[in-house]
Amino acid sequence: MNEIGLTHILFISTALFFIGVYGFLTRKNLITMLMAIELILNSVNINFIAFNKYLYADKLDGLFFTIFIITIAAAEAAVAIAIIIHLYRSLKSIDVDDADIMKF
Amino acid sequence: MSASSVIFYIIAAVIIGGGILAITSRKIFRAAVYLLFSLLGIAALYFYLNYEFIAAVQIVVYVGGIVVLIIFSIFLTHASGDEMKRPVLWRAVFSGLATVFAAALTYLFITDHNFVPVGYALDHPVAPSVKNIGLQMLSTTEHGYILPFEVVSMLLLAALIGCIVIAIKIKTKE
Repeated sequence: MNEIGLTHILFISTALFFIGVYGFLTRKNLITMLMAIELILNSVNINFIAFNKYLYADKLDGLFFTIFIITIAAAEAAVAIAIIIHLYRSLKSIDVDDADIMKF
Repeated sequence: MSASSVIFYIIAAVIIGGGILAITSRKIFRAAVYLLFSLLGIAALYFYLNYEFIAAVQIVVYVGGIVVLIIFSIFLTHASGDEMKRPVLWRAVFSGLATVFAAALTYLFITDHNFVPVGYALDHPVAPSVKNIGLQMLSTTEHGYILPFEVVSMLLLAALIGCIVIAIKIKTKE
């Protein structure tokens, strides 16, 4: 076994990204789709940190991008859950198939 | 195989296993708990890479904030213990195929590409300490991040007000 390098961490983040994509495509429940999006955003964060550590150790830019992505992901999750709760109140369901009231 | 790589593979197994279980579990509450383990594994990976501040932020924001929010919304919208429907077979098969092929292609690119760090970067490393992060985050000079910092604070305020406006219950008089 060779030393843990950049490619190992990129393998993990790629796997996590495509796990998230698979979940986003197959799930029908809004909360589980939100969880899949969180996984995708986290894989992007791992990429930024790994590139910052292994290729650009003289800068901190990847770290700042990670901080801002975490902040925006938190805001996005809060707004998404507010929308889901509002949707549940009017439809009594959070399945994407039931949320068709804007179709005409 | 050194102890460091053993730890790395354990962390990788927690991240990937937690992710897969969070996506495939049919009980939504369990899916949220598996997501929690996956996010904790990612925080452990940041600790492994010596980025302690990001690891702390990951634990505070994701584990302490987002997962708790998700679990509360599950409590508000689901009866406990009911199982979700199985995904339609053809949809599961085709999304599985698409993601597996895309992941294989990405793995091919990663193994093919030779990542070479710049020599200057190796000679002048900047420690990701809280002091360096804070100095650069609030600096108004060329590489400072004060403008995105302020913009993101406005975004958080907007999200806060937006959440209240969307989720508030308006009482209708009859």
